[in-house]
Amino acid sequence: MEAFVKPGEKNRLKERPERPVKQELQPRVVKTPDGQEITVEPLKDYYCEAPPRVHPPAYAKIVEDLFNWARAESLWILGFGTGCGAIEMRPLMTPRFDAYRYGIQWRPTPRQANLFVISGYLSVKTLKRAIRSYEQMQNPKYVVGLGSCTINGGMYWDSYNTIKRLDRYLPVDLYITGCMPRPEALLAGFLELKKIIKAGKGEGANRYAENFDWYKANQKQVIHDWDMPDYSW
Amino acid sequence: MKDLTDRLGTLFSLGDITEKRDDLAFVSVAPDLLRAVITHLRDVEGFTHLVLLTAVDWIEGGQFQLTYLVHNRTRARDIGLRVFIDREEATMAGIHDLWPTAATYQRELKEMFGIDFPGSPRIDEEFILEGWTDIPPYRRDFDTKKYAEETYFHRPGRETFDPATHMKDKLYPGEAS
Ligand code: SF4
Repeated sequence: MEAFVKPGEKNRLKERPERPVKQELQPRVVKTPDGQEITVEPLKDYYCEAPPRVHPPAYAKIVEDLFNWARAESLWILGFGTGCGAIEMRPLMTPRFDAYRYGIQWRPTPRQANLFVISGYLSVKTLKRAIRSYEQMQNPKYVVGLGSCTINGGMYWDSYNTIKRLDRYLPVDLYITGCMPRPEALLAGFLELKKIIKAGKGEGANRYAENFDWYKANQKQVIHDWDMPDYSW
Repeated sequence: MKDLTDRLGTLFSLGDITEKRDDLAFVSVAPDLLRAVITHLRDVEGFTHLVLLTAVDWIEGGQFQLTYLVHNRTRARDIGLRVFIDREEATMAGIHDLWPTAATYQRELKEMFGIDFPGSPRIDEEFILEGWTDIPPYRRDFDTKKYAEETYFHRPGRETFDPATHMKDKLYPGEAS
């Protein structure tokens, strides 16, 4: 993993003013339905404070291989669309391209998904939501970057509002090139991802846990109004 | 449209009038006349629909241009009111009491151009940007490329071609361009 590097000479974050904590996140006293008064501290009470842990492989290689085979054959995608590429998911999940025949399906919540397809450009605002969604997914989990925008910024390379390299903020297992990639390209990408997982190389979640500080520092460098816990599990 | 601009001209002192089509004209008005003209258009002339409110940054002239486009449904025609305000003291009277939807446009203009509309609902709250600390990004003195280079990680190896010369070289190699 590369050392933490600052893009450009000047670090704009140094000058950023302190922002007050949002009202809904401030500690407060609330009354329960049966009349008790309790204090809630949203940032502490609603989230797990422990940082993510590295999950070692199973005790024997053959068992781990079996697990990886099972993981590869049930890729459940989080239904979270960013950028233009999200539109390619619809033909993919309907009969024409029918990704379900490969054991791939879409799930409505992060808890039920293990594959996060970042389907295009990520504005800083969406990045924040993407990070929270990613952290709420269960291990093992995989990230696929779809399209030029996730790779090098694509046609938004000089935009003030989109990140240019997804792998600096989330652990990416696989990129699918194109602007925008066709559903066939996505299918090819998913088959490739299966090979990666079966070879035991789909270790994104562990990479994220190992380099947690590096990822957090990068994320905080662009998300100026960080008003959530560091790990929102 | 001529009938309408003539009628308006007898009531208000108007600036330039450009007639784009039979059903579309643009009229410049002074900032302090805007509310009077637009209220007249809405209540008397039947322009009941506010289509949009946008801004243009004329940095060379030190001005912002605001365009208020209103639409008359029964006669199917539009009129745009152009207002020029000072770029340094970018403040304008709001029209959120005439059309509540205008408050959203005004909030966006405040965030993206830094044009203030005192009294407009939630005008000082963030609209689409979060935690923005630089100058408003749609102002033309904001250098988006420089900002992107300083703020984000870039993947090296990106090449840019001029599409015309690149295609010429590809299709007709050897020919002097
Ligand atoms: S890579 Fe192209 S299609 Fe995909 S999000 Fe970017 S601009 Fe849109």
